[in-house]
Amino acid sequence: MRYAMAIDTKRCVGCSDCVVACQTENKVPIGFCRDWIVETTTGTYPQLQMEIRSERCNHCTDAPCVRACPTKASHYGAGGIVTVDHEECIGCKACIASCPYDARYVHPEGYVDKCTFCIHRVEQGEHPACVAVCPTHAMTFGDMDDPMSDIFKLVSRRKWKTLIPEAGTRPNIYYLI
Amino acid sequence: MVEELITSGRLTPEVDPILHIWGWEIPLYLFLGGFAAGILFFSALFTLQNKENRYPMAVKILPFAVPVLLAIGLGALFLDLSHKFYFWQLYTNIRWESPMSWGAWTLLLVTPLSIVWAASWLEEAFPKFDLRYNWLKEILSDLKPYRKHMAWALIILAVILGMYTGILLSAFNARPFWNSAIMGPLFLTSGLSTAAASVTLLTRNHEERSDFTKIDLLLIAIELFFIIHMFMGFLASTQVHVQAAELFLGGRFTVPFWVWVVGIGLTIPAILEILELRKHHVPIFVSAVLVIAGSVMLRFIVVEAGQASRWLY
Repeated sequence: MRYAMAIDTKRCVGCSDCVVACQTENKVPIGFCRDWIVETTTGTYPQLQMEIRSERCNHCTDAPCVRACPTKASHYGAGGIVTVDHEECIGCKACIASCPYDARYVHPEGYVDKCTFCIHRVEQGEHPACVAVCPTHAMTFGDMDDPMSDIFKLVSRRKWKTLIPEAGTRPNIYYLI
Repeated sequence: MVEELITSGRLTPEVDPILHIWGWEIPLYLFLGGFAAGILFFSALFTLQNKENRYPMAVKILPFAVPVLLAIGLGALFLDLSHKFYFWQLYTNIRWESPMSWGAWTLLLVTPLSIVWAASWLEEAFPKFDLRYNWLKEILSDLKPYRKHMAWALIILAVILGMYTGILLSAFNARPFWNSAIMGPLFLTSGLSTAAASVTLLTRNHEERSDFTKIDLLLIAIELFFIIHMFMGFLASTQVHVQAAELFLGGRFTVPFWVWVVGIGLTIPAILEILELRKHHVPIFVSAVLVIAGSVMLRFIVVEAGQASRWLY
């Protein structure tokens, strides 16, 4: 089983509902975020292209944060999800330095925190909070190892990219383009 | 021209807009760890070569500074942790892939061994010091036959400690400026050079001073060689590595690095050391203090610049 997310950049309007839903669901402290919106504009005026992405931890298959962690606090959980055990985290911040996506932060309580793919909801058969609230249905969550899953079919059918694949992290968030 | 504009809705403290998770604590520790490794390396090496009477400062006296340096360094590391009272988790886990774990375990071995090592030299280093307790004197004299064994262990541990201070940074692929294999050897050489310079600063033995000046000169040359190769490596690598190098080639670290580290911390002391070896009258402490200051600056600038360099997407 390999949990992954596909995010459709053609559907995303950058409303930030996913950000708010995540902050509410996971009680993310004010000023911090586990997911965020990035807007990029490329090209030469007037031929400009815009892309909007909802970004978060990529739950990399080859996660540098798991390698950097000296205590096994950052580890692979069920379905390949990268999670942080708060009781094992010493706050050395090596994982923050190791993440090319800057997806982690130091929680005011001292431990390092980040997106969990809302595993507590997934275990109950629900979608992650961000996926559940997305008004344009831009996000699909599921098991990439299951050829019958919606995400597998979507990623097979559409053109996609991952972020900084050259960093060698094998990310599990697919951006449909 | 194709332009790219990225707007992000993220403003995480210590991460945005420029990563700043590590302040003064980590570079200070990297400096002290490298310094301690350098002292232990020379002390152990010249013990194995039976040169303890030729180099009394390096072999017998300076090792007394090591436990103090390591204690301050460990204190700085502890201060840096944001979840401090879970620090013991470092010692319930062994993670081969994590340089931080290597460092924690190496320090656990080096620190007590450095105390035992210094203690074994107490009588020779400070003959006037009276221990008072006979049982303590007996323990210390029992240590002496094991000096060569300890020296072998210390040489290996000192190299690991000195290298790891650089590898800790070079293992971070996410920060292109740190991500150079030269960082380990560079920090090891810099730590050895700091130790050699402090011997020339403190010794009163003319022969020891002159030999360690030569050693330091060689180490400075190796450091300059590594620095040039590091930049050659960056400039021949990917765009993000080129951008990381550009922080030092016109960017905001240009003056601090080339003037303070390469100029005042390496080149000027090297010239002063050459003049001194040619019997010109140069105040000896100047070159030593500059080398030590340059070594501190190197750590601070590298830690800062690494955090400022990143992948963009």
